[in-house]
Amino acid sequence: MAQVTYESASRIYGFGSSLEVRAVDKLDLHITDGELLVLVGPSGSGKSTALRMLAGLEPINEGRLIIDDRDVSLVRPQDRDIAMVFQNYALYPQMTVGENMAFALKQQKIPKDERRTRVEEAARILDLSPYLDRKPKALSGGQRQRVAMGRAIVREPKVFLMDEPLSNLDAKLRVQTRTELVDLQARLGVTTAYVTHDQVEAMTMGHRVAVLDHGVLQQVDTPGRLYSHPDNLFVAGFIGSPAMNLVETERSGNDLHLGNNVVPLTPSVQADLEQSSAKKFVVGARPEHLATVEGGTAATANVIEDLGSEAFVHATMPHQGRDETIVIRVPGETAIKRGDNINISVDGPLHIFEAESGRRLGSEEDAE
Amino acid sequence: MSGVSDEIVGVNTRWSSISAAVVGWAAAIVFFFPIFWMVHTSFKTEDDAQSLDPVFFFNPSFDRYREVSEDFGGNLGAVDAFTNSFSVVIVSTILVLLMGIPAAYALTIRPIEKWRDVLFFFISTKFLPIAAAIVPLFFFADAIPYPTLGLPFLDTDDLLGTRLGLTIVYTAFNLPLGVWMMRSFFEEVPKELIEAAQIDGASITEQLRSVILPIVSPGIAATALLSFIFAWNEFFLALNLTAADTATVPIWVTGTVDGRGQFFAKLSAAATMASIPVIAAGWIAQKRLVRGLALGAIK
Repeated sequence: MAQVTYESASRIYGFGSSLEVRAVDKLDLHITDGELLVLVGPSGSGKSTALRMLAGLEPINEGRLIIDDRDVSLVRPQDRDIAMVFQNYALYPQMTVGENMAFALKQQKIPKDERRTRVEEAARILDLSPYLDRKPKALSGGQRQRVAMGRAIVREPKVFLMDEPLSNLDAKLRVQTRTELVDLQARLGVTTAYVTHDQVEAMTMGHRVAVLDHGVLQQVDTPGRLYSHPDNLFVAGFIGSPAMNLVETERSGNDLHLGNNVVPLTPSVQADLEQSSAKKFVVGARPEHLATVEGGTAATANVIEDLGSEAFVHATMPHQGRDETIVIRVPGETAIKRGDNINISVDGPLHIFEAESGRRLGSEEDAE
Repeated sequence: MSGVSDEIVGVNTRWSSISAAVVGWAAAIVFFFPIFWMVHTSFKTEDDAQSLDPVFFFNPSFDRYREVSEDFGGNLGAVDAFTNSFSVVIVSTILVLLMGIPAAYALTIRPIEKWRDVLFFFISTKFLPIAAAIVPLFFFADAIPYPTLGLPFLDTDDLLGTRLGLTIVYTAFNLPLGVWMMRSFFEEVPKELIEAAQIDGASITEQLRSVILPIVSPGIAATALLSFIFAWNEFFLALNLTAADTATVPIWVTGTVDGRGQFFAKLSAAATMASIPVIAAGWIAQKRLVRGLALGAIK
């Protein structure tokens, strides 16, 4: 079992030239023993690059990478004691499932008997026993994915690296495999770094989630904390489905408005607001923290997404002289129809950010 | 409604597939007829072969094959010519693969610096017309010493007129094409496969042997086949750089032409024999040329 630490690790394309691009910029991240840490971010955020740095497939231009007290920044991939599952599985096409899984063990000169035992054990865990003699092309997408997992498991590595391993599966299988993977990781207890662009996957799978954007780590926290207490505007907008309503608003003195509603502010947010010199702020409201009750701001319902247990109403609300689209969660089987006039008011904690810097106002305690 | 339109589509599809088949077969027959006529002629007598009225039906005989197989007119015999050709062509093809595979690797999987320039340099060697190169090649071959190792039957002391000389020239002649072809096949090897092998702890030679070569083997077969065919059919360099005892099959084929006429049937027999190795090589390679081995690696 192992711990992984990125110490101000950077990957810079064109390092030393005038056209430096910082794909990953001074990443400080610690993955504890047995943890499943998810790296999430939009494309180009550097999440895959960060994982490939850990794999040794990308050099580390600045900083260090440490696995279990050992600086592996300059260690070759094969000597890092890691196993990786690729997005497209990267199964060796000319080898059978069994040979694919045994390949790494063969390179380590592990005796044939032990190779067979370990492959059979992994195949049993992954329900692949009947397919050991098949070639990858004779398998379904889900089976191939499991072979890729099996190839990682037989190695008994210190760290699993997974680069969007579920994104080639269809939606239903993806959800099913997601839970299987979480269960497997918990049973094996192997430290895992998992990359995905899908924030739902990140939230459901990760013990902790690291959000990256433009090569910079934005926040690393438990899924619950990321949701309830986003550190900045980017995280607030990225985490949550449907996304948080983010409404830009100009301050009126030391008050902020959302439509006609005066935004209720906690003491520490109030204090930060009074100190801030910014003119524009962004009010963030989760759909479930808004309600349709009398006395709020009048709005018009446009689209109603009724999922049965809950419904999301997309409404147009006048706000500081323009129309904002707001999503509100209401109970399922709602009576609200397209074109209805509704009233929107605040019914829960809001998040306040400076529009320009994206910085969150208020101290941590307030959000509890 | 839909039934009617389905029917129209069906009729159109049938007609277009029939006409495509007719065109395809017509083209195939046009291309194949000269080959057929060559084989056909090789079984005739010289009189029938020479006749202005095409002779379609006759008593086939193997006499022409026997005639061309024996030494004639002071020229090289068939067995010697085939031995020369096989040794030169096979060795040069093996050399092309031995040098081309690492070159293709260095141009794709671990691209060296300025690999585009290198690639262009390879193909630029083919820009020079071979006729322009033959005089320098001749003088070089004449100037480079040939190790006789004191063996009495190796009486030549330079590369001119030796099979080794021709082998070197053929290797150089086919290498650029081989590198270009294999590069395009190597390029299709998914990067992730090599990365996976790297993480699995495979050395570079092991990556090449276990992962890359099995995937590119159809490409290597195609390259070997083309290299074989080009070298086998090459005439101009062979004519200028070989001596009487090291001449290759194309030289031997033209040796059946004699100035007194009456050689069409013999020429056809020799040409038919010369075609057999190429056809055989093509047939063997064809089975391996079937692509799609890489299917299943990715997605």
